[in-house]
Parts: sequence; structure tokens; C-alpha cells
Amino acid sequence: MDVQTWTYLIVGITFTLYIGIAIWSRAGSTSEFYVAGGHVSPLANGMATAADWMSAASFISMAGLISFMGYDGAVYLMGWTGGYVLLALLIAPYLKKFGKFTVPDFVGDRYYSNTARTVAVFCAIFVSFTYVSGQMRGVGVVFSRFLEVNVNTGVIIGMIIVFFYAVLGGMKGITYTQVAQYCVLIFAFMVPAIFISILMTGNVIPQFGFGGTTVDGVYLLDKLDGLHEELGFAAYTSPKKSLIDIYFITAALMVGTAGLPHVIVRFFTVPKVKDARISAGYALIFIAILYTTAPAVAAFARTNLINTVSNQQYSSMPEWFGKWEETGLISFSDKNDNGMINYVGDPDKNELIIDRDIMVLANPEIAQLPNWVIALVAAGGLAAALSTAAGLLLVISTSIAHDLIKKQINPDITEKGELKAARIAAGVAVIVAGIFGIYPPGFVAQVVAFAFGLAASSFFPIIIMGIFSKRINKEGAIAGMIVGLLFTSFYIIYFKFLFPGQNVTENWWFGISPEGIGTLGMIFNFIVSGVVSHFTPEPPKEVQEMVESIRYPI
Amino acid sequence: MSDQSHEAYWRTNLKYLAILLSIWFLSSYVLGIVLVEPLNAIRIRGFKLGFWFAQQGSIYIFVILIFVYVHLMNKLDRKYDVDEK
Repeated sequence: MDVQTWTYLIVGITFTLYIGIAIWSRAGSTSEFYVAGGHVSPLANGMATAADWMSAASFISMAGLISFMGYDGAVYLMGWTGGYVLLALLIAPYLKKFGKFTVPDFVGDRYYSNTARTVAVFCAIFVSFTYVSGQMRGVGVVFSRFLEVNVNTGVIIGMIIVFFYAVLGGMKGITYTQVAQYCVLIFAFMVPAIFISILMTGNVIPQFGFGGTTVDGVYLLDKLDGLHEELGFAAYTSPKKSLIDIYFITAALMVGTAGLPHVIVRFFTVPKVKDARISAGYALIFIAILYTTAPAVAAFARTNLINTVSNQQYSSMPEWFGKWEETGLISFSDKNDNGMINYVGDPDKNELIIDRDIMVLANPEIAQLPNWVIALVAAGGLAAALSTAAGLLLVISTSIAHDLIKKQINPDITEKGELKAARIAAGVAVIVAGIFGIYPPGFVAQVVAFAFGLAASSFFPIIIMGIFSKRINKEGAIAGMIVGLLFTSFYIIYFKFLFPGQNVTENWWFGISPEGIGTLGMIFNFIVSGVVSHFTPEPPKEVQEMVESIRYPI
Repeated sequence: MSDQSHEAYWRTNLKYLAILLSIWFLSSYVLGIVLVEPLNAIRIRGFKLGFWFAQQGSIYIFVILIFVYVHLMNKLDRKYDVDEK
């Protein structure tokens, strides 16, 4: 069978599975819609969290990104896993004990203020929409690349699927679909990785092959460093960014991860406090399987690519080269007209430009793997994008139905009315996300820094202070959130949107790039909250008692 | 449960957090970032050690830290009789 048929078959089977699960796990109450009734087993929640967290970017772009960044790619690897330690130790068990439905719920109750709740709702919706537009685009891209349909048709098919199980099933439907999606995506990521590891190093386990030798007996990473040196690229295994920038970016991604509402809310779905702790551990194991394989794939792909193209005749390139050239993801211009591909570090002499997304998507073709493996990669990319999109849409729907309508606009709404409002909000959110996917705002790549920066500078500090301090009050929290948010937003807007020409190391504060500035925003938030709280009255007694009570499992 | 035993439980929890988060900090920010160049002089098979901590080792340590915490807290919950039956 050809790739096309295989792809239709495998994607078709997985989609049928998702819809089947959605029908089986319909939500009947608001509690089921928001937190799956709180009955999810820790292991299932760990898988669902992993799928929720690993997006189209983790699946499709990350390995490619690392293969072009070398050592510096560690900011993503450590940043997007280290946050789970913070979640498990500092956030998940306490918010589970608090026992409500959403993150703005906690902020509003702990800081006894609807202003604080509203700021939190605004942040949750902004962060989630930012993220979800990228996911819908990812669905469209995978469809167009593998099934040769229009990108927009792909987005619409994705919308219909998500609409079906998010609106019908709420958190309950999403949870069990995410479990299935995790299995699909990890299988789809690991199969080609294992094949390529065997091919390049003879080792079945990519994590070991990464440190192993290639056929000629030289260590893979030494070979890669050697190739880089020869061609004038910076060494693969050494840092290129400044130390302080690596520091701040890693920290912003870690605390941003721990502050993202769609991740936190997953820990409201397990029955007990101790389940919340262990399920963060399971989630990180499931995530680590992909995250420790990705850098190995990055090194394999990089070596393979250089060996295939560097100093070779353009006319003798394999079939995939031309295919990806057509999509514009590879471009070659023969500057010295010698018919050879000159792939070097010096931009004046370099003749080849390669898009990072190719590394995962074309890897099976480059390594000449069977057609069903290529089809599997398509299904895996879709699973990664759809699972993340659904989790984000649920946060948007909950924020509107629960935090705005039920808690502020119309507290007398019936349970049935609230459930209906949540479904309508989810439906509208799917449509808005789809429109973003079809007409992507030109700034999608830039706004990801924004999402993490905002989560790091707003949610993370106020949640941590809300749990570990009884003294931080309403005034302090609101002031801290506003200072953290405004500072981080202005810095990112200044360098990313207003004056992108000035976005260079010399102009950055202390050499911190916009990607890492959320860390500084977080520090400001902590300081301002502490100082303002010190000069204003302490929180009411019942709030202090609530803080006391969330510190113990019973 | 008395306030005193509550306080003792919470203090022990904070002590665990301080120790585990120090290891978390050490494995990523110190070994994986600050000391990467000197550690790269040490090799384990094909890996330079600093590079390995940054792209592999820190992640394994993160996983272990969470499970150690879970184990310690389950024991602590039982000791102070605040565990969920």
C-alpha cells in the first residue's frame, strides 16, 4: 500500500476511536464537565496530562529545533520537564485539597476578591487562545502535508473532531481521549526513533545510541562536533547563547509550565491528594520518554542530513529532497554555480536553507522507513495537536461558564444552565480557534513566548504565595500580578512587536531575551506582593484557615 | 489533630521541599548550565558530561525527585495520621 492509503487508514482508525470514546464518556453534570467528576485514576491522569502537555510543537518541531540549536536546545528539554517537579511539590497536591474546579477559583477565593478572579480569568483565556491557535494550525499542516488536502480543510476536519468530544464530553470525554491520544503519539514518535537509532548506531534504545558509535567506530556526538567544525558551524555540544539568557529562558519555561491553567486543572480530576502527587510523577515519566528521545533524534537527523547533502551533487539528491523543495521547506541556491551543495556556517557562502519542521516529518523518508511508519507519524502529529487543543478549549469554556457567569454575572444559574453555558462556550471557543488556525495571526510564533511569560509572571507567583504564605493579602496579590504582567508584556511587546529590529543582545536588560523575561517578571511579582502586603491589613481569619486546611490531606 | 502536630507535619514537609528542590536546582541550573563547559571535559562513552546533564540527566533526576517526594509524603501522612484512607 502507498503512503496515502496507509495514512487515511491509520488516521481514520484513530479518529473513530476518539469519537467512540467521546460517546461512551458523555458528561452529565458540571462536575463531570469541569473535572471529570474527580474520579480519574492517577495513571490515566498521568497519561492524559502528558498528551495535554505535549503539543504539535513538541511532536513536530522540537527535535528539529534542537538539531539546529545543539546544546542550547536544552532550554526546552529542561524547561518543559523541570516544571513538573514544581507542580508535584509545590502546587498540585494543595490545589487538589482546595477542591474546586479552576485556577481562577483558587485565586478568587484565596484573595477574597473578584478583581483578582477577573485578572486570573483574563490571563487564563489569553494564554489558552494563544496556544490553541498554534494547535489548530498544526492540524491543518499535518493534513495538507500527508493527505494532500488544503490546509483550511484540514483545520475544519480538526475542528469537527474536537467540537464533538470537547462539547459533548467535557473534561470526562477529553481525559479518556487524551489517554488514547498519548498512546498513539508516543508509539508514532518512538517507532521511527528506534529505527533510526538502529540504522545509525546499531542500538535499539535511542537514548543509548545517542552516546554510542556510528558504523565507522567514531562516537556519534564527536562525529557531529567534527562535521560542525569542518563546515564552520558552532560546536554541537557547547553553548552558543549567553549563560544568563539560558538561565532565564529555562526558568521562564519551567515556572511557566507549572503555571499553565490547562496543566494545573488536570490535577483536579483525581480523587485524592496523594493521587495528585503521584500522577504528576506518572505524567513526567510519560513526557520524559519523548523528551529524552527527542535530543537523540535531533543528533541522528543532523548527522544524517549533513552526510546526505554536504558537498554532494545537487542532481544526485534522493527523491525526498525534491519533494520537500516543492513545499518550500528546503531551498537551494547554487551561489557559485558548481552544481554542488555547499552547506556551511558562513551565511554568505551557504547555499542550503532547511526548515526545522522537516526533521521529524521527513525523518522516516530520509531513513527510508516503510510507508506505514510515515503514516503513523501523521496520526501522531494529529493526536498531539488535538489533545492539547481540547485541554485548552476546556479551560476557556470553564473560565467563561464557571468563573465569569456562575461566580460573577449570574450566581443563581441552575446546574443545567451552567452546563449548557459551558457547552456553548466550548463550541464558540472551537470556532474562534479554528478561525485563528485558518487565518493565523502573523505573530503566532512570537506569542508562545508571551503565553509562558504571562503564566510565569502572573499565575505561578500568586499560587505559590497563596499556598505557602498566610500573610499575602488581596492588595499584595493584585499589585504583584499587575506589575508582573505589565512589565513582562511591555518588554515582550517592545522587542517582538514594536521594534523587532532592536531585538539583539546589546539592547536587552542584563542580556535577557524576551523569551526569558517572564522570570524577571515573576521576581518582581514576588517582591511587590510581599512589600504591599506588609503595609496593608492581613487577610481575614477564614482565609487564613483555608490556607491552613489545604496544607494537610485531611 | 492538634495544632502542634500540624505544625510539625508542615515543617517536615518544608524541609523535604528544601532538600529536593536544591537537588532539582543543582542538576539543571548548576550541572546542566553553569558548569557545562568544565564538565564537558569529562566523558562517559560518547557523551560529554555537561551536555549529558543538560539534555538527558537532568530529566531523569526530575522523575526520580517526584517519586522520592511521593514516597516521603505518604510516609509522613501516615505518621501524622492525615493520610486519606
